[in-house]
Amino acid sequence: MSRIPTLPTIGLVLFAVGADAQNAADAFYDAQAMATARSKLQEGHGNQVNSLIIAERLEYSTNDTGDAVVWEGQGWLGTDRNKFWVKTEGEYVDGEEIDEAELQLLYSRAVSAFWDVQAGIRHDFEPTPRRSHLVIGTQGLAPYWFEVDAALFLSDEGKVTARIETEYELSLTQRLILQPRLEINLAASADEEAGIGKGLFDTVAELRLRYEFRREFAPYIGVSWGGDFGDTADMVQRQDGKARGFSIVAGFRLWY
Amino acid sequence: MNFTRRKFLQQGTFAVAGVGLNLALPPWARSGTASNLTGMRPLAGKVFDLSVAAASSIIDGRRGHGVLVNEQLPAPLLRWREGDTVTLRVTNRLEVDTSIHWHGILLPFQMDGVPGVSFPGISPGETFVYEFPLQQAGTYWYHSHSGLQEQSGHYGPLIIEPREADPDSVEREYVILLSDWTFEDPHRVFAKLKKMPDNYNFQQRTVQEFFRDSREDGLASAVDDRLMWGDKRMNPTDIADVTGATYTYLINGHGPKDNWTGLFKPGERVRLRFINASAMSIFNVRIPGLPLSVVQADGLPVVPVETDEFQIGVAETFDVIVKPDDRAYTLMAESNDRYGYARATLAPREGMVAPVPELRSRPTLTMKDMAMDHGSMGSSDAGHESMDGGPVDHAAMGHGKMDHGAMNHDLMGNGTMDHAAMNPVSNHGRAAAPQAHDHVKGPGVVGLAANPVNRLHERPLGLQDEDHRVLVYTDLRARDCNPDVRMPGRELELHLTSNMERYMWSFDGVKFSEVDEPIKFYKGERVRLTLVNDTMMPHPIHLHGMFFEVVTNDSEFKPRKHTIVVKPGEKMSVDITADAVGDWAFHCHLLYHMHAGMMRVVSVVDELVPV
Repeated sequence: MSRIPTLPTIGLVLFAVGADAQNAADAFYDAQAMATARSKLQEGHGNQVNSLIIAERLEYSTNDTGDAVVWEGQGWLGTDRNKFWVKTEGEYVDGEEIDEAELQLLYSRAVSAFWDVQAGIRHDFEPTPRRSHLVIGTQGLAPYWFEVDAALFLSDEGKVTARIETEYELSLTQRLILQPRLEINLAASADEEAGIGKGLFDTVAELRLRYEFRREFAPYIGVSWGGDFGDTADMVQRQDGKARGFSIVAGFRLWY
Repeated sequence: MNFTRRKFLQQGTFAVAGVGLNLALPPWARSGTASNLTGMRPLAGKVFDLSVAAASSIIDGRRGHGVLVNEQLPAPLLRWREGDTVTLRVTNRLEVDTSIHWHGILLPFQMDGVPGVSFPGISPGETFVYEFPLQQAGTYWYHSHSGLQEQSGHYGPLIIEPREADPDSVEREYVILLSDWTFEDPHRVFAKLKKMPDNYNFQQRTVQEFFRDSREDGLASAVDDRLMWGDKRMNPTDIADVTGATYTYLINGHGPKDNWTGLFKPGERVRLRFINASAMSIFNVRIPGLPLSVVQADGLPVVPVETDEFQIGVAETFDVIVKPDDRAYTLMAESNDRYGYARATLAPREGMVAPVPELRSRPTLTMKDMAMDHGSMGSSDAGHESMDGGPVDHAAMGHGKMDHGAMNHDLMGNGTMDHAAMNPVSNHGRAAAPQAHDHVKGPGVVGLAANPVNRLHERPLGLQDEDHRVLVYTDLRARDCNPDVRMPGRELELHLTSNMERYMWSFDGVKFSEVDEPIKFYKGERVRLTLVNDTMMPHPIHLHGMFFEVVTNDSEFKPRKHTIVVKPGEKMSVDITADAVGDWAFHCHLLYHMHAGMMRVVSVVDELVPV
């Protein structure tokens, strides 16, 4: 075939270039129906909204000072890049009262392959006095498979605290999984009313062994060592509390 | 009158007896689809009525609900004739849109059946009429291109008889359609992958395996290996995203327990038309005791090549001729992660079975799959017989007949072309210049292949150390001269990208949902499409409407395929003649990868190539 463009061909090319945005199928089918199908196709190939609800820990905890029910869970809803993220944790002591309960509502944005940046608010329903915080943090996967969640909190009293959590999963078998976990809380300054001293407080090192009957359903047992340090520990001891100690835990990890 | 009634009663009795008999039969002989023993009952002719509806099928004794064509799993075998014009009236009896895409068939783009690309889709209650002439022969298949219906059973085989006598004519033939069935809702499967990408992987490396590796390779080596993978946050056991943990692998709609059986008379030549209609599963296929003579790949004839095992990527087809003796054989199709298998029996008489081989141990990915350090992996593919007759053996490839002058005459004045660059095979095995990555990165992209190499001559993962013959792509040589032997005038490079942790899949780091423009081909041009796999997974890449010539060598007999599996860490090329004006889908044929965004539109426009 000749490669020398003839006048009609040039005309055709100009027309075709002008109609660049046109989709070939529009010549055969209703353009409106095609536009609808096209947008559905694109949305349906990469822009889906997904979600997760996970109770990382739903457990009964016992030590020499008493028993407690402890929960920690998260949930998200959104696309690959933008998610609405909820986090909650708390403790229900001795079947009497809720000792601690917090809720975070966050916007989470994927900023790199393994990390999301999260920002939003946190409210502590317990203990009293109740505190609200602004939150900025990051959550993701560090090299060597450490799950990390680190956040800074600015309370309505102007106090700054930080929380760093990290977890690791060790497969003993395909279903038996050992999970070490470390949580560190730091305060930039004391918040006496809330019982927080400057420095390290409420720090936990834990080990849980779960069995995944299904990926979504895994009962576990574990040990938890934790407590307060420095100024916070002094405050606790002044109130005849025990600053540090071991607990035995048993519970479920569930997700949907 | 009496007679008629009597006959009716007899038939009734027979029918009841038939049901009883069916239940009494061993599983291999039981059939929900009448496909046992005689093969599938084909629908032949020029006009076909197909109905897509929610229906169920019994799989290994358990009822599964799906989206089936004419209530059959797989959909009916269609037998067409080259040169005919076929009419297919497809009625949608679902509550959602559906479609049928004719995989590998060369046809006007508006008949290709991809909603949003070639047509608007088929609405509930609507009958859409496909009509197109058949310009080719061979083994193909068809499936839904709507949502995840393909995972639900909306797929079937199709065969086009050649107009001229088939040189590979045999005494008997069977379609062997491989697929993966889940009793879960496919949308739930996808959702789980987004929540927990390793949800279906029950072959993770464990502490026990660490101790075993320490014993075998030394503690330092075992630790180093874990640190290397941990540093990259990649998992060497990530072979298949969706596994036998949810899948039952089927042959012609029958699970391993159902044991689909094909009968033959000893001495007959039997043609097996393999089609991988899976959503996500790549299979390694063998029939212990029987050499397999591959005569067709993706519907088109190849110079017969004998092998003992071949890998079949999703959407690929291979026609294989076997000559069984008077005994039973097991047809074994292991999923490439070795967590499950599909199995059938070939036997001279009903009821015969052969031993089912045990699943071989799970392979792990290597540094080479990461395209990091192929030099150190050299030993793993040394000794392949394929290396001997590999891509650099020009004599075997008809190089002598080739006229370079003639091949270059149509370069369209592209003076910038570098012959070495145009022939990536010549680089194989040597460290190339570091791979450029001029594409989007960000949250959807982990791992950039630093030194991707051509791996067309290599055996697929897990088959490197088998001591029998294994088919590699460079074993395939087209029987007929390629219809267009011009050198490409233009090269396009496209990267296969992903982030397994977020279950994101894309081309060039851009999901289909984020794409503004199609990939443009100009009518009549020859394009070399170079694919760089930055991911750790093999991807069966499929272009609608036009065949790829897989650049295995310089010859005019390159294998022509509609789907090509690009290995992890690989850089390979296909040549395309852009002769089919219109919009065409181009995607990874792993269904959930496509669903996650690993898709583009290729638009062949009736314009001149811009200078």
